[in-house]
Amino acid sequence: MSVDARAELQSLIREHHAWVLARVVRQVHDLELAEDSLSRAIEAALVQWPETGVPEAPRAWLVRAARNKAIDELRRRASWAQKSRDVTLLGELDAEAGTDDVPIRDDMLRLLFTCCHPALAEDARVALTLQVVGGLQADEIARAFLVSTTTMSQRLVRAKRKIRDAGVPYRVPGPDEFGERVDGVRAVVYLVFNEGYSATHGEALVRHDLCRHAIRLGEALLELFDGDGECAGLLALMWLHESRRAARQDAAGDLVLLADQDRDRWDRGQIERGTALVTMALRRGPPGPYALQAAIAAVHANAPDAASTDWPQIVLLYDRLLAAMPTPIVALNRAVALAFARGHEVGLGAMDSLGDALAEYFLFHAARADLLRRCGRADEAVRAYERALALCRNDAEQRFLRARIAAVRGRT
Amino acid sequence: MQFLLLIYESESAQATRTEGDNHAMFAEYMAFTASIKSAGKMIAGDALQPVETATTLRIRDGKTLMTDGPFAETKEQLGGYYLVEANDLDDALSIAARIPTAKTGSIEVRPVMVWT
Repeated sequence: MSVDARAELQSLIREHHAWVLARVVRQVHDLELAEDSLSRAIEAALVQWPETGVPEAPRAWLVRAARNKAIDELRRRASWAQKSRDVTLLGELDAEAGTDDVPIRDDMLRLLFTCCHPALAEDARVALTLQVVGGLQADEIARAFLVSTTTMSQRLVRAKRKIRDAGVPYRVPGPDEFGERVDGVRAVVYLVFNEGYSATHGEALVRHDLCRHAIRLGEALLELFDGDGECAGLLALMWLHESRRAARQDAAGDLVLLADQDRDRWDRGQIERGTALVTMALRRGPPGPYALQAAIAAVHANAPDAASTDWPQIVLLYDRLLAAMPTPIVALNRAVALAFARGHEVGLGAMDSLGDALAEYFLFHAARADLLRRCGRADEAVRAYERALALCRNDAEQRFLRARIAAVRGRT
Repeated sequence: MQFLLLIYESESAQATRTEGDNHAMFAEYMAFTASIKSAGKMIAGDALQPVETATTLRIRDGKTLMTDGPFAETKEQLGGYYLVEANDLDDALSIAARIPTAKTGSIEVRPVMVWT
């Protein structure tokens, strides 16, 4: 087989991978067994398909082949030792004999909820979702999170063992916990995006691959959850952040603030996509935190320049966001919006009560410093910038803060 | 699957409860135990005497060493347990969430190892 033909087949298989895996996991109740069986089925496909042609329904072919490989494996295990669970499962698999009328979408949902189960550590949830649902290899995930492949592989193996040994079920949660668990799934996807968008350490301000993967997962969520308003909000929020990617750094790799960004470099297509999704989310009933954050991002994205930003509208949206999500960080963002809508002193006043809660948060000190600078309170501004600098761990952001300190000092 | 639900609570916090609080807590435990019994989930369950009654034993080089107290000093102490039968972790967690001490202490949920 030519290299091209093989690559083409592999990309065709990649497209179906998560779906086939989801189905096989439901049939064999064991993620590791399902993954091993699917890998063997894929090996077989790469040998057979170039000769016989790609089957009409490749996904069904792969499910059948993986299931047969699983049956072989279970027979082998059962003959070694009469493992009661394996024998029971074997009986079930034989009895089903390939008839399966559960919609494959349900299988995918089950698998997604398992990967995002709150009994797993957060970093394990993120890695597992990227691998199992996003179809990434362990080494790709390791690179994106700046850890060694060994560390990442161990993390994934540990998570899968916990799923198996602690009895984490493959199921869609019941109505009483559904909302909370869907929140958890969205949070995992947004974590992937944020890790890519504002890397907390290292040189790269944007690890773009992760953003792309998060958006792909976000699209899958929106489809799986049938156009759910918060899933639309999450996807909108990611598109609207992503649209500014090219303008967030200057040629030297330094951070450029929203107000100073060259808006011609914002991706109009992505803004349109994000804005359409915000509209859709807002039509779905009372907006949740993601839809509100996306709506705020959309107001910024659709302002022709920084000066014509509709700040009163943004303050209103923050009021609603604060009611839905009463955290000090939301309150800080609201205070910044307030400063532009009603004056810098008003904004500074709104920040006063947040000093205790956000004492260790560098963006609090940076935001306060910016307002102090605008009010002409240079000494206080420098002190706040220095506090921010001491707490900040991102290289690009540190360079930005140093430049600001130098500029404020230069003026006094 | 069987799960062991280990109930941890700070004994000093427990000591500050009034008699009325204790009565209410006891009644809650009675109701909880009755509910998992009638649901066929209960295998065993007990409350333990406080950690000051604990003795920890180790054998090293053939010698038996005994110390007064728990094996490690922790902020919260093991105060009791339930052994339950549950369909899966979610089922076990939903049982654990109904243990009265979940609101004040911590419940550790551990699957029981199955030897096959």
